[in-house]
Parts: sequence; structure tokens; C-alpha cells
Amino acid sequence: MIKEPLQEPSLQLLRSGDRTEIARLVDGHSLNIYRLALKMLANPQDAEDVLQNTFLKAIQALPTFEGRSSLATWLYRIAVNEALMIIRKQKPEIELDLQSEDTDETPALTQFTDWCCLPEWELVSAEAKNHFDKAIQQLSEKLRVVFILRDIEGLSIHETSTALDLTETTVKTRLLRARLKLRELLSVYYEERLDMEKSDEKIS
Amino acid sequence: MKKSHNCGSLLESLSDYVDGELGDALCEEIERHMADCDNCRIVVDTFKKTISLYQETSEKTTIPIGVRERLFHRLDLDDFIQKEN
Repeated sequence: MIKEPLQEPSLQLLRSGDRTEIARLVDGHSLNIYRLALKMLANPQDAEDVLQNTFLKAIQALPTFEGRSSLATWLYRIAVNEALMIIRKQKPEIELDLQSEDTDETPALTQFTDWCCLPEWELVSAEAKNHFDKAIQQLSEKLRVVFILRDIEGLSIHETSTALDLTETTVKTRLLRARLKLRELLSVYYEERLDMEKSDEKIS
Repeated sequence: MKKSHNCGSLLESLSDYVDGELGDALCEEIERHMADCDNCRIVVDTFKKTISLYQETSEKTTIPIGVRERLFHRLDLDDFIQKEN
């Protein structure tokens, strides 16, 4: 579930344009929006643009926000649209309608190396983290956004489906595909690390 | 991969299993299967680990001070820049 800030800003004050309350809203949610944008776009400048545009649009739309979803879900929704807009500009050739039917297939299981035994420093080394970011970029946008909202931002399946205007079944299918693909990509990376360890052992 | 009639059904239930959304009977079935099928056990372990590694490393993301300052400036909230805890 979304971790809401300790005390959510008052909707009434936000709607009336109370600047202190707006500043609280921004501070309470900016990290989540920035992280979402960074993971979606892999570019700090683009992520900053998404962050700024999300709050500019949200503040403009606050007087008409009906509160059907939580503020957090609503902000994620705006941010996802902003991020998709940037991707559309950069890659006009790709079809980017989250609601369209899936073309991704469930990835086959091809990697059966047990890399969980690797030491922690190796699992989360700077190089490994760099590989995580590259792997996430290899997912289609449809899969990537579901994985980010559900597994990185910690939204529930229901919240993810509300933020993206998708059915829960679609969210679940895309989440499974994203997780399987990332597992495959991480397995390939860690298998190389294990092989290197083994060859180091032989030498010493 | 050691073939068993349960390997395919495990794939379908993988997300629900690691998210704790499967009923007890199905969980037990999967666990029984994993005890006999090394590949499926590895898939489940590395699947879980993949998710937890992404969670763990993403939690450390922070907003650079400059990014926050420019955000507050853009939103015409300059007088609140110093209010961060």
C-alpha cells in the first residue's frame, strides 16, 4: 500500500490554494514522483521536468480534484502521463497506449542459476545497481510502469490499476511478465559474477 | 529443467505465491513441488530476490537538494525552501 505522509494535507485547504498546505503536499510526495520518473526515463533532467510538471498540473487541477482516489494515486497518474509524453516525443515510432492490448508475451524461463548465495556486497554493488537500471529500461513501457508502481513504489494491485486506469487482471499479467523478464536479466548478470568467482578460486 | 506437471502451473501462480495471495492448499502444493524440483526452487528464490533487490536499492533514492530548490522555485514556493526537516 502507498505510504502516505504522516498527516495528509487537508484537501479543503489545498483546494483553497493554501500555500503552506501545498508546500506540505509537495514535500510529502516529491520523492515518490521523482523516483518514478527516474526509473521510467533513466535521465535525471527528464525526471526533474516530470517532477515539476506533475506538481504544476496538480496545483492547477486541485480545485477540481474530487478525491475519488488518494492524492498519492492521483499524483502518480499525472506523473505517469507526463513521463509517457516525454517518451512519445523521444521515440515517436513506438506505440504507447497503456490501454491497448498487450503484445508482450510471458517470458520463458531460461535461467536456472542460483545466485542468491552471492555475498550482499556483490548483489548490490554499484555495477549491479547500474545493471538493475539497464534491465528495467529493457522492459516495454507498459510493463515498466506497472513494475515501478507495484514493486518499487509499493502500490497495491488495486492502487496500480486505479493510477493507470487498467483492470486488476491486466496489472497482474503485466507485473508477472515484468518480474519474470527482470529475473532473467539479473540471472544472466549474476551468473557471470558466479563464473568469475569460480575462475578466481581456481587461480588462487 | 526437470519436468513435472507442476512446473507450468508454478509459473502462472508465481506472483500470487510470492505476494502471499495464494490459498494454503495451493501454497502447500507449490512447496511440495519445490522440494522435488530444484529448478523451480531456484526460480522462486531468484524471483523473490529480484523483487527485493529492486525494493532495497530504490529505497535509497533521494531528491538532490538542487532539484528540490528548483521545484519549489518553479511552483512559486521559494519561501518554503528552508522548511525541509
